Amino acid sequence: MSNSDNILLSTQGVGKYFYEPEKFKVLNDISFDIKKGEFVTMIGKSGSGKSTLLYILSTMDTDYEGNLWLDKENLTQQSKERLAEIRNEKIGFVFQFHYLLPEFSCLKNVMIPALKLGKYSREEIEEKAYKTLSLLGLKDQALKSASKLSGGQQQRVAIARALINDPKIIMGDEPTGNLDSKNTSIVFDIFKQLTSEFNQTVIAVTHDNDFAKASDRIIEMADGRIIG
Amino acid sequence: MKNYQHNINGEIAYTHLFSRKKQTFIAALGVTVGIAIFIFMNSLMNGFEVASTESLFKSTPHIRIYKNDAISKALVVNKDTNKINVLANPKITSESKKIVNPAELIKILKNEAEVVGVTPNVSANVFYKNGDSEVSGRISGVVIEDQNAMFNLQSYIADGDYNSLSGYQNGIIMGVGIAEKLNLRLNDNVTVTSALGVNKLMKIVALLQTKNSAIDKSLSYINLPVAQQLQKQSPSYITDIYLNVKDYEKAKSYVDKYKRLTGYDVEDWETANATAAAANKMRKMMAMAISFSIMLVAAFGIYNILNMTIMEKLNDIAILKAIGFSGKDIVKIFVTEAIIIGVIGIIIGLCFALLLVKLMSNLWVGGDIGFFPIRIFPKYFGIGVIFGLVVTFFAGYLPARKAALLDPISIFRK
Repeated sequence: MSNSDNILLSTQGVGKYFYEPEKFKVLNDISFDIKKGEFVTMIGKSGSGKSTLLYILSTMDTDYEGNLWLDKENLTQQSKERLAEIRNEKIGFVFQFHYLLPEFSCLKNVMIPALKLGKYSREEIEEKAYKTLSLLGLKDQALKSASKLSGGQQQRVAIARALINDPKIIMGDEPTGNLDSKNTSIVFDIFKQLTSEFNQTVIAVTHDNDFAKASDRIIEMADGRIIG
Repeated sequence: MKNYQHNINGEIAYTHLFSRKKQTFIAALGVTVGIAIFIFMNSLMNGFEVASTESLFKSTPHIRIYKNDAISKALVVNKDTNKINVLANPKITSESKKIVNPAELIKILKNEAEVVGVTPNVSANVFYKNGDSEVSGRISGVVIEDQNAMFNLQSYIADGDYNSLSGYQNGIIMGVGIAEKLNLRLNDNVTVTSALGVNKLMKIVALLQTKNSAIDKSLSYINLPVAQQLQKQSPSYITDIYLNVKDYEKAKSYVDKYKRLTGYDVEDWETANATAAAANKMRKMMAMAISFSIMLVAAFGIYNILNMTIMEKLNDIAILKAIGFSGKDIVKIFVTEAIIIGVIGIIIGLCFALLLVKLMSNLWVGGDIGFFPIRIFPKYFGIGVIFGLVVTFFAGYLPARKAALLDPISIFRK
């Protein structure tokens, strides 16, 4: 691990096996650092291990070897309870599919991580959720059920949810992968705005070359290794 | 860092339940069916059990103290074991059936903590005569107040008043079977003849109908002094002391104690009615086996439906974990849901069970029994509630825990 104060996330010798259909090393000795405020994209062919790596970085996959640091805390040895707290407080995750809770309104979906964190009062959280939704052009949709929105709108709600707790890092797993070109450019612009205007650290897996080109740094992966 | 404790887990649980009312209701019905059948079957079997026990204790006491016939013994026992005691002309002693100083004995027994009723009894075999017709049977000389307190005599009186016996020395409470055979009615006179040849003209003050035809065709109750006269005995003559204890199941365990206390033979109802007791025991075992199976089936049904409800939410569980809910939170959310479903199901189940019991108890089966002997046992309603809560807790807890232990990604990958 680097001693630099500027490093937010760092991996050291991360490796992972898949056991089905047969034992197969999907990640091999991955070591890299991400600085604060950096906008990093990961590219590579299908099966190169980029999404798998992102899941490990997000602490949602704990079955790996090597070490992972976030915000100077070694996450590899942490309990699942602690990892849940870290995800809640420090990581905002945007999936390829929106993964909103269908029974709740958009507003509630955005509020839930903040209610869980408990840093602010319910009123403050609601105000903040409204503000974030407005920022993403969804103010009018706030009280609609999450399942009633279009794909692009749902993805923007998911981004608002990822932002609500002011996370240290936003992670995106092909956040534009399921969207048409118009919505892709909207989501794309949001990510750019976040990094340039709010100095938000972002790491995103993508297939979209335009998206990757706009980032500060591209990590290219092949066969479970970083090749550039 | 954590300044507010928002009850977000509870909020998620309620939203899950109320946004899918139909599914919640169906899951609750799963609990309802399990609970209702469990309570209903237990009420059924225990109602039957209680009815048959009650029928047994219509005339049988929990414990009977008596003196058996005995062969007379040598007055001087030879201590030298090498020599034989010779007793000429041994016979059954005539005084042997008598219990000495029964009043004192009854007083001692009444002081025992577990005793709820003690009453003296003189029983004798007699002939009932009306004109030329004659029926053999048994009379029981009783203190009518005590007898009623112990055997609830008043509920078996078909005609007349049991209490008339205390006001009418030569009264008789006659079994309806005897009265029918002799063509007698209330207030008619009947001649009772004992084995010792004593005749008594008695007036029927009440008719006894226990619905056990063997009893109704042979037994009559008369006043104790009259029974003593029929046996040509003094007022201190008593053949049996009848004794009821708080818990008839424990009767057997008191036998030795009373033997020591009184010095006479003591017999509990189980020994006296070995067949009935064995049947009782068998019924109880059967009831337990059936009750246990129903519990198992009901528990499995409840577990299944709740497990299904939770498995449908697996994706939501992964989402919640991804945005920072811990395994403990997931378990809390789904246990809350299970318990709410359980409580709704239990409440409906209790009403349903009550209805079933009421309906069944209006069923006429006739014979000695009358209406179907099912009744409401608060105990089984209580067990039903506890059982329902425990099962719904685990039916929520186990699958939720299983899901909570998974990495969110392993759920999404499926």
